[in-house]
Amino acid sequence: MTDITKTDVLIVGAGPVGLFAVFELGLFDMKCHLIDILDRPGGQCAELYPEKPIYDIPGWPSISAQGLVDKLLEQIAPFKPDFTYNRMVSSLEKLEDGGFRVTTDENEVFEAKVVVIAAGGGSFQPKRPPIPGIEPYEGKSVFYSVRRMEDFRGHDLVIVGGGDSALDWTLNLQPVAKSVTLVHRRPEFRAAPDSVNKMYAMQEMKQLAFRVGQVTGLAGADGKLSSAVIKGPDGDVEVPCTRMLPFFGLTMKLGPIAEWGLNLHENLIPVDTEKFQTSVPGIFAVGDINWYPGKLKLILSGFHEVALMAQAAKRIISPGERIVFQYTTSSTSLQKKLGVVET
Amino acid sequence: MTKLTFIAHDGTHFDMDAENGSTVMENAIRNAVPGIEAECGGACACATCHVYVDEAWTALVGEPEAMEEDMLDFAYDVQPNSRLSCQIKVRDALDGLVVRVPARQG
Repeated sequence: MTDITKTDVLIVGAGPVGLFAVFELGLFDMKCHLIDILDRPGGQCAELYPEKPIYDIPGWPSISAQGLVDKLLEQIAPFKPDFTYNRMVSSLEKLEDGGFRVTTDENEVFEAKVVVIAAGGGSFQPKRPPIPGIEPYEGKSVFYSVRRMEDFRGHDLVIVGGGDSALDWTLNLQPVAKSVTLVHRRPEFRAAPDSVNKMYAMQEMKQLAFRVGQVTGLAGADGKLSSAVIKGPDGDVEVPCTRMLPFFGLTMKLGPIAEWGLNLHENLIPVDTEKFQTSVPGIFAVGDINWYPGKLKLILSGFHEVALMAQAAKRIISPGERIVFQYTTSSTSLQKKLGVVET
Repeated sequence: MTKLTFIAHDGTHFDMDAENGSTVMENAIRNAVPGIEAECGGACACATCHVYVDEAWTALVGEPEAMEEDMLDFAYDVQPNSRLSCQIKVRDALDGLVVRVPARQG
């Protein structure tokens, strides 16, 4: 029997809007658990442009994306949210008591009275490299991450890419694999200089091969790779390849949320503008992933949305309870929750 | 106003007037040029606004900076005239610029 994690509100996505939802829900005493496919909070702000300034956060003439994430984490800390990282929500089912059961891709099970989808542009997933005919090999010979190094033992391994993942795995798998060929379209790398130097030193000692070029073709049968064609400055070269690890960055995909019966509008989730509730009562969608007439994909719009959503969520979680509208500036009860006055 | 032309992968021409100071990518989005996705919104943080600069214009448009060059690693079928259109600013000297959209983005 799998352990079930219970919470009031399950938030899918720990980007800025998911994080601020914790604040608004917390003011109404709702406990939140966030699930994110990345290994840290912040969503696109953390993954795509952490150092870029944002100029349209009210009260902040300029703040870096990571800076905003850090401030939001500080702001929601009093509500002690729980986080589960490196997980994608895979399925959602409605329970008889009106709540929801959500399962992740690693089969963890969550139960919540309310689900808030704050999944932004979707989940970050490895980008499929521009190699024709790669699909049949995926999951059999072509992998986008290393779960067990043993899976690469004794294989002719081709690693494609020029960032830290490509370099790190080149160095780490070199002792395990039968052969390692690193392919990158230019001799400069985006990786830590130390790793690059090590790689070049190992190439010097013929412990691995580095080829400038792009993989243009694959050969094999039944999902089993046998060789790869690398187009380089001196023409095509065929190298033995029984395992391939392409590292082409991340892209955003809606993923399993598309199967949740939420009547998608061009891959976005339609909501009303009073509660930001989806077509399924108890499931809300906020931030870039939702759609309504006039929708703007701005962080500040998402912040507004979660404030209204929290009121509606409270009515579901505490039916019949009177909701008192209060200001954090003047309400002692809110200030106690924020830990800014003696309790 | 500066004239700008995108040639989509199927050969369709998209001619437009672009404001100086705007990016080539922004103009593609405004005019719904197919094949320019601009997933990150112009932060030079993806490679989904990749274009090929017409050979006649490469010298004037110039070379990508290091950060853009890094991002181009994620693009499909990178050529010597590849640029990310969010990193090209429209200016008088580029009046008449022609760029081509690749077969696919990333």
